[in-house]
Amino acid sequence: MESRIRIFLLAASALCALASLPARAADADQPPATGEAEEPNQPPVIEPEVERRKVKIPKIDRENFEVGVYGGVVNVEDFNANPSYGVRLAYHISEDFFTEAMLGQTTVSRNAAERFFNFDLARGERQFTYYDLSFGYNIMPGEVFIGRKRAYNSALYVAAGVGSTRFAGDDQFTVVLGVGYRMLVSDWLALHLDVRDHAYRSTLLGLPKVAHNVEANIGMTVFF
Amino acid sequence: MEVQVAEPFLELRTGPGRGYPVTQVVERGATVAIVMRRIDWFQVRADSGAKGWVHRRDMAKTLEGTGEFLPLPDPSLIDFTNHDWEFGLEVGDFGGANAISAYGGYSLNESLAAELHLSHILGDQTNQYIADIGLVHSIIMPDVRLVRRFTPFVSIGTGVLRLEPKARFAQQLGSRTDQLAYVGAGFKFYLTRQFFARAEYRWHVVFTNRDDNQEVEEWKAGFAFFF
Repeated sequence: MESRIRIFLLAASALCALASLPARAADADQPPATGEAEEPNQPPVIEPEVERRKVKIPKIDRENFEVGVYGGVVNVEDFNANPSYGVRLAYHISEDFFTEAMLGQTTVSRNAAERFFNFDLARGERQFTYYDLSFGYNIMPGEVFIGRKRAYNSALYVAAGVGSTRFAGDDQFTVVLGVGYRMLVSDWLALHLDVRDHAYRSTLLGLPKVAHNVEANIGMTVFF
Repeated sequence: MEVQVAEPFLELRTGPGRGYPVTQVVERGATVAIVMRRIDWFQVRADSGAKGWVHRRDMAKTLEGTGEFLPLPDPSLIDFTNHDWEFGLEVGDFGGANAISAYGGYSLNESLAAELHLSHILGDQTNQYIADIGLVHSIIMPDVRLVRRFTPFVSIGTGVLRLEPKARFAQQLGSRTDQLAYVGAGFKFYLTRQFFARAEYRWHVVFTNRDDNQEVEEWKAGFAFFF
């Protein structure tokens, strides 16, 4: 059974590859344009002396990516709140939308839930690690004024995405919702204030429920 | 890089966005230096030293050194069916479990591409990780208004699946690594610039060392870009 399916798949992939070849071969076999074929030796009446201008695409520094670090506090539902830190990478699609990947972690310290329910999380199980991929929308772009002479570009944004959270040794499918504020200190350096909810289904303490793990952090990113 | 203003004047805004106020103008004949570009906005420096942001649409009306309009060939629908690389993220369902996957592809010719997908499957009892490589054959659609934004494709490939049970099921299930193969079909839909949406269906066969092979259906959809 196994080998038969493999042979079938191999044959299908070979066919797939072959199917794309004839189209290209046909392009190469095209006959020359009819006008040239009729009078092959006649020189053209006017020799055009047009110098073809080569369009050189100017090299312009594009800065659509944003990379940085952040630190804050995450409250792991039913356990306790602990310092968290992580890295983020964003790609700006338009002046309104961006996509973002975040990778962060915290370590849950000894807490009341463990004492009350009389269990101990193992060392590795205390790690609360997540990654998420989200879409962001700049809802309120603008400027902020600090003092009389300084104005900085800023934006309030919302983000939603999916990811995975590993806690107590298990990975959970996680939905992430958040709101953040970005202020550009210079043309390439930005400060972030972020609040995110990492929500996933949990059965850790017996009854199934949705655990909301809210994180607040400040971060710094550079555009490149 | 310097460009010359050809319109009566060029408006410089305080930020890279449609709402930022115009605080400087540069008149026809004067030159500005391009500092950088952020999406559709160019930061320029005028001879006076003033810096500001100009939209792509206005930059395209300035002249470069040769006296020609500044060429700004951004990716468009033409490049949708004719590009080298594409990258994307997809989310979906793999045999009843949630799937998150990232992929990269390289075009071998107009219709054939090689792709690598990495997936994380999050189920109630197990976590699975899949790395697979495959061939994707795109069907080029006729050049008709909305139709050409669609590119249906068929795919075939093979990979490895790593299964790890969740803590509660560790004793019953045990972790294992199996080979798999798949056939699939889907479509891409061009959105704007270098961005497109993508959705696909795959039928997997997992070659287990038990009596029967396992068949798994997968649906996923997402967002990708090419360059």
